[in-house]
Amino acid sequence: MIAKVVSKNFDIPNAHTLEVARANGRYASLEKLFCISPDETICEIERSGLRGKGGGGALTGEKWRLIPPQSSKPVYLVVNADEGEPGTFKDRQILEFDPHLLIEGIICASYAINAHHAYVYIRGEYVFWMNRLQQAIDEAYAAGLLGNSVFGRDFSLHVTIHKGAGAYICGEKTALLESLEGKRGHPRLKPKGKEPEWFFGNPTVVNNVETIASVPFIIREGYASYRAYGTEQSPGTMLFGISGHVKKPGVYELPYGTSMKRVIYELCGGIKGDKNLKAIIPGGSSVQILRADEIEAITLDYECLKAHGSALGTGGMIVLDESVSIPEAMKNLFAFYHHESCGQCTPCREGTGWVDRILAKILAGEGSKEDYQTILDAVDTMNGKTICVFAPSVAFIAQSYLKKFPDEFEALLRSR
Amino acid sequence: MSRFGFNWENEEKFDALLERYPDKQSLMLPALWMVQYQEGWISLDAIRFIAKKLERTPMEVYSVASFYTMFQLQPVGKYHIQLCRTLSCMLCGSKNIQEYLQYKLGIKVGETTPDRQFTLSLVECLGSCGTAPCMRLNDAYIENLTPEKIDEILDGLCHDR
Repeated sequence: MIAKVVSKNFDIPNAHTLEVARANGRYASLEKLFCISPDETICEIERSGLRGKGGGGALTGEKWRLIPPQSSKPVYLVVNADEGEPGTFKDRQILEFDPHLLIEGIICASYAINAHHAYVYIRGEYVFWMNRLQQAIDEAYAAGLLGNSVFGRDFSLHVTIHKGAGAYICGEKTALLESLEGKRGHPRLKPKGKEPEWFFGNPTVVNNVETIASVPFIIREGYASYRAYGTEQSPGTMLFGISGHVKKPGVYELPYGTSMKRVIYELCGGIKGDKNLKAIIPGGSSVQILRADEIEAITLDYECLKAHGSALGTGGMIVLDESVSIPEAMKNLFAFYHHESCGQCTPCREGTGWVDRILAKILAGEGSKEDYQTILDAVDTMNGKTICVFAPSVAFIAQSYLKKFPDEFEALLRSR
Repeated sequence: MSRFGFNWENEEKFDALLERYPDKQSLMLPALWMVQYQEGWISLDAIRFIAKKLERTPMEVYSVASFYTMFQLQPVGKYHIQLCRTLSCMLCGSKNIQEYLQYKLGIKVGETTPDRQFTLSLVECLGSCGTAPCMRLNDAYIENLTPEKIDEILDGLCHDR
């Protein structure tokens, strides 16, 4: 079940140091990289079908193509390491155990889009992981793998770590860029057509850590080797983080299309205390919840989860056993969303707080049947009326909790 | 006029960072971090200092600083404990840990001990869901928390109590 594309060196002691990393294949892709053109590099990624691992699942090659090949302005690569989605803890594994894989991926991606400066935006809490990556960057500079002549070639690349400061919304790529520009992390309006992102008006690509870390394998082994994993539409592998009520929580690299049930009951050893499973939130907290009876047929790929009314998201699965009160879990998440709404759009800023307060009232035993309907009305107002996808996601998850577990809410409501 | 100033180390760091961004406005977050590490928190005086350095208005710097949860606009204790409250940690018992910390420190969430040694905060998902419950003690992550582990760590801190 386990695959070793990104996580190959995770168990090797000291693989975070350049010496051990190189002895275990890091930077081996560069030899091949500099023999092919940037255009061919993008072609290879396009053929591999690599999809973004930060939650959206957009095609990476398509993103890179949006950068004008002969841009008169400087091009930037921004790596999103603002891992903040509840239930997600995969990027830190790459930063901790194999930071040189990320740097190697940054070199490949920057070469493809002709970027000469890459920023890694790391969430402010990840101080240990920031230091890990900085040590690796320093080693790479000293070894001539970064700097004015990367790998002895006529290609310059600098990498700078940018420290976030505890705003969940900065994981949204345009909010991240605003933050990188020294502003509040407010998502930007999306353009009508397809265009790159912009950093101070310069064309920019924003990719997740794991996406970039998947690139060296594809360059080194070829797109077909990557496609050997996963499914036709979701090729390759992903780091799945499983947390909550399982015996062996952790991060497992799996090919797309793996059975969810096997992951929970075989890899993770089943439910803690051998209790019954109640529900799974499959892709970070911002996707619709699945009842235990729904997971039977589920495979971990974008298409299957979409067909079941949820999403693969970041691959961070939260497992809830029979003892969990769903209204309480929902309240926990709404307190999160209320705190993390950036406040730019009224439906989101007010709606999250409103639902949070109603849930508190229901949990205190003071809710009425009307409150149930008020939540549905409030989230309906949040859906599709805001700048970014934060509010629609929150609306969908609220609907899923209420519709899939109506009994639990009704039991708490006073019959008036 | 601002009385606050960077120490020489931060001055050097600031100048080195200037070369790494296309616009000095990008140094907003790095500069706020430098202040916080130097002083423990970010005063209005320091905000005026940053505004001058970045050629922005103090209000603009304040608006950014107040947006981000990790920037402390009030002084906090020498040890800032930030306990994760989000779902995976809650499922693994963070509420018990919160009660234990409150009992042990004699303060509630959001408070600082009278001797200014400890501040206790609840924070959102720290990205330690597989090793929940989790807290940060200043910049260090402490995972798989139990009351025993908290005893061991807090009792081992050299503080003037």
